[in-house]
Amino acid sequence: MDKFRMIFQFFQSNQESFMNGICGIMALASTQMYSAFDFNCPCLPHYNLAYGLGILLVPPFILFLLGFVLNNNISMLAEEWRRPQGQRGKDPSVLRYMFCSMAQRAMIAPAVWLSVTLLDGKCITCAFCTSVPVETLGNASHPHLSQGEIQRVLARIPCKEIYNGQQLIANEVAVRYLRCISQALGWCFVLLMTTLAFLVRSLRPCFSQAAFLKSRYWSHYIDIERKLFDETCAEHAKSFAKVCIQQFFEGMSTDLVAARCHLSRKAPADAGEAAEKLLGITDQGTMNMALKSWHRCKPPLHLHPPALPTENGWAGEGQPPTHPSAPRREIAAYYSWV
Amino acid sequence: MDRFRMIFQYFQSNSESVMNGICGLLALASVKMYTSFDFSCPCLPQYNVAYGLGIMFVPPIILFLCGLILNRQSLVMLEEWRRPAGRRKKDLAVIRYMCSSIMQRAMVAPVVWIIVTLLDGKCLICAFSGSVDPEKFVGFANVSTVQVQQLLAKVPCKDDELMKNNTSRKAVSRYLRCWSQALGWSILLILIIAAFLARWLRPCFNQATLLQARHWSNYIDIEQKIFEETCCEHSRLFAHKCILHFFESMRQEIKLHSFSLPREGEEAEGEEDLLRGITDQDQVNKLLKTWYYEKPPLDVSQAHQR
Repeated sequence: MDKFRMIFQFFQSNQESFMNGICGIMALASTQMYSAFDFNCPCLPHYNLAYGLGILLVPPFILFLLGFVLNNNISMLAEEWRRPQGQRGKDPSVLRYMFCSMAQRAMIAPAVWLSVTLLDGKCITCAFCTSVPVETLGNASHPHLSQGEIQRVLARIPCKEIYNGQQLIANEVAVRYLRCISQALGWCFVLLMTTLAFLVRSLRPCFSQAAFLKSRYWSHYIDIERKLFDETCAEHAKSFAKVCIQQFFEGMSTDLVAARCHLSRKAPADAGEAAEKLLGITDQGTMNMALKSWHRCKPPLHLHPPALPTENGWAGEGQPPTHPSAPRREIAAYYSWV
Repeated sequence: MDRFRMIFQYFQSNSESVMNGICGLLALASVKMYTSFDFSCPCLPQYNVAYGLGIMFVPPIILFLCGLILNRQSLVMLEEWRRPAGRRKKDLAVIRYMCSSIMQRAMVAPVVWIIVTLLDGKCLICAFSGSVDPEKFVGFANVSTVQVQQLLAKVPCKDDELMKNNTSRKAVSRYLRCWSQALGWSILLILIIAAFLARWLRPCFNQATLLQARHWSNYIDIEQKIFEETCCEHSRLFAHKCILHFFESMRQEIKLHSFSLPREGEEAEGEEDLLRGITDQDQVNKLLKTWYYEKPPLDVSQAHQR
């Protein structure tokens, strides 16, 4: 029990820091993804907007979903949401708390991607280069070009090598202008996100502290209970398997003894542990038969009590099966919310 | 008990150092952010001032808010401030002490950003290149007003065609950078002197009140941590009892409905214990199904009545 206690204290105290760690790793991964990504503006009038905005908005959406997928608690939330009421009521505030804390963590990586993209400026430059105000920044009247021609020339602003509109508007001027707008948007976005985070965090103690403590306790409880149940089931499965296999070998050995009509030999008193572990199988033929029957005819998942003798060595239906369909009515359905 | 004591001594001594560590990390992060940020002045008359001053002042606000968010003690202070008095009086001196220590730590990263910005000079050159007196510089002295504004706005952009190898541009740039660095060093000096005086002169005023406030603010922090630890411990024990109770009631139900003879003399006591009477595939399936469809009530007092 002590071992479990240490493990669960570790999980509990580190659950938050574990999730924060994943959050931080995803934020770093998103910056890395951005710097590794080879941004290639198409430099064509309508494609620019689609490409630029696509790179700006699609990866954050993917990162947001990934944030949910990587979060272990999503299945816990779904389970708690969908389970039948049974004897334990459902508290919607707990579900809301769990969902909010998961959503907040999942939003960090997309916000990092958006900030890095806006502060870098390439996406906005690519997307909005055709909307540069040529009248104020350049020479709108100098070459007599049609609107479509002007659009095509402006679309080439991000691609310096093929830009041919120096007389219309200087490339550096347009790029500086667009980048300035992009960086201003980026900083405003970061400021907005930080202010929101600050407000969410600081307004909570002012309004609903008691409800918050309750939701937090019960959401941790649900998590611990699920882990503990899994551990208990694993323990049970291990014992079940052990006893099942033991009974299988005993059954084999009894069967062989019955088939060969040997007198039951008592193991000599000084044989010790090793003889016990042999489980009555002491030669190659018997072992082969045991292995074959383990493969061909696995014993049923039904442990019979060891005191009852069975006439057939194979682990057969030693007891009538229980009737699992009777409803349980023995406990009153109280539940206590701390 | 010993283990708990060690843990709490750790928390006590390290609460301050954890917060100082976060403070230092944020300061380093602000320097790193500045160096990796690609500053590109728009070099247009109205946009320069907005851009330059924006880069100088908006990130410090962000860093200040981050400093408040990342500091655990700010939540503790807010809770202490907003809680109903109940049976424990509220001490405003403690809340003031906590507030001031939080603010001091949160101000470090913004101040670092502003000083680094000023010492580097790019922001001020970008923001105020349009405001210098053109008469002082040979290249801009005899130019028309409208054009001089355009030219001065282009000073921060070294690679602009008009400004390449223009000595007057370099002169304006050096002039502004000199002002910027002077301002930066002055601010740094003033802040350090203020910090020095504050630390030296503090024992002269209200030392006893300060000691009390510091003690009780530490106490509130530790009490909060212990409460959370105790809640975790409690919920673990609660879950443990609840699950044992669940397995026990499954075993009772199976005993009620099965016809097996009472077992005597089980050889593997340990194993039986762990099996908790569930020895059959159907029983296991039923247990798992019941766990999902009818979770046990959150009431472990019933366990003692069996």
